[in-house]
Amino acid sequence: MCLAIPMKVTAIEGDQDDILIPPVATVEARGVTSRIRLDIVDRMPRVGDYVIVHAGFAIHTLAPEDARKSMALLQEMAGQTDDNQPR
Amino acid sequence: MTDFAKGMAQGLLSKIKDASSGKPMCFMEVCGTHTMSIFRSGIRKLLPREIRLVSGPGCPVCVTPVGEIDQMIELSLLPGVITATFGDILRVPGSTYNLSEARARGAEIKVVYSPADALEIAENNPDKKVVFLGIGFETTAPSVAATILQAHRNKLKNFMVFPSHKLMPPALDALLSDPEIDMDGLICPGHVSTIIGARAFEPVAEKFQMPCVVTGFEPLDILQGICMLAQQVSRGENMVENAYRRAVSWDGNRRARKIIETVFKPADARWRGLGTIARSGLEIRKKFRQLDARRHFGTREKTVPEPKGCQCAQIIKGMALPSSCPMFSSACTPLTPVGPCMVSSEGTCAAYYKYGES
Repeated sequence: MCLAIPMKVTAIEGDQDDILIPPVATVEARGVTSRIRLDIVDRMPRVGDYVIVHAGFAIHTLAPEDARKSMALLQEMAGQTDDNQPR
Repeated sequence: MTDFAKGMAQGLLSKIKDASSGKPMCFMEVCGTHTMSIFRSGIRKLLPREIRLVSGPGCPVCVTPVGEIDQMIELSLLPGVITATFGDILRVPGSTYNLSEARARGAEIKVVYSPADALEIAENNPDKKVVFLGIGFETTAPSVAATILQAHRNKLKNFMVFPSHKLMPPALDALLSDPEIDMDGLICPGHVSTIIGARAFEPVAEKFQMPCVVTGFEPLDILQGICMLAQQVSRGENMVENAYRRAVSWDGNRRARKIIETVFKPADARWRGLGTIARSGLEIRKKFRQLDARRHFGTREKTVPEPKGCQCAQIIKGMALPSSCPMFSSACTPLTPVGPCMVSSEGTCAAYYKYGES
């Protein structure tokens, strides 16, 4: 099952290039805190970034502005800037 | 839903209506998480009548053949073995009983949230062999691969994986090659695409002239995906579009794919409903063979028939609806499941049952 909600990174331990001890982040979403692995994530997050988590591993890092951009796209798709739509 | 979101949903629905303009269209949501989100949000009831959604082969537990479930049960009952697994598989019927019943017969089975938890169980139980059931698509495979790498580096002798991973693009190719399948577009999986990239669907889009839209899991994401598909159909286009850019790039997660490639190699795999598909699964490379439970225990899959009367094989392909199965909600319910589609939280039958659709 995929978790749709990105989780906010609140702390980071370790380094992606350390092959013996995998890096770990503390993440938080809707009041739930957990520790997740960072060894397969596409870009190492910074504290304050968001990550998409699957099976205890972050698989994608998104900057806070990415989420806002996609909301703007949805708004556009919904026709709110479309002249054919009633205002 | 906020007024703002309601406004967006209404806008998208009216765009979908404009694009379809009464023409019947059938879209497949490939991923089981999409299926659940579509039912939970009631999207099917909001769409124009001419737009039909069918569920595809995107529930990992549902596409695991009975013979493989039997192998997992067999392994779990061996002395000195701890089986670590995601919870979904426990109640999927094998040919005689399920893993949950194996547990009642003495098998030590632990439900974990991550393959990394399974590794920890192995570290804490040096006198036992811990077998993690590696079920899932491209989303799960890199985390299992990373765990195998970690076990290899730490020279852990008592951790193993039973590899049963499946790959989405070869399965979609096999599915769409079936002349009986008639689809107008694919709602492509979200987090599978985070790993493999939106571009991975290009061969399917080209070969079958099939509109493909990579879509997120929120109800608005799904409406947007459907809207883009309907617009492609109305314009006669068939390309790959990405409606989930906050999580999916065109190229995907290269780091994760590299870790998969280090540990696994593509292998033929059997799917419930779809049969054996070339290079649609992952096999553990020789370098890591001591971590491969299939090799270690020398277990072989037997060909086992589907449960009698069960339509899961057809439902997985979008060729039958749960309501057309004679056992649906009578002999087969979430409490007494006959087939995997009724067990899994992502199964199509479970969704129909839970949300009372026919």
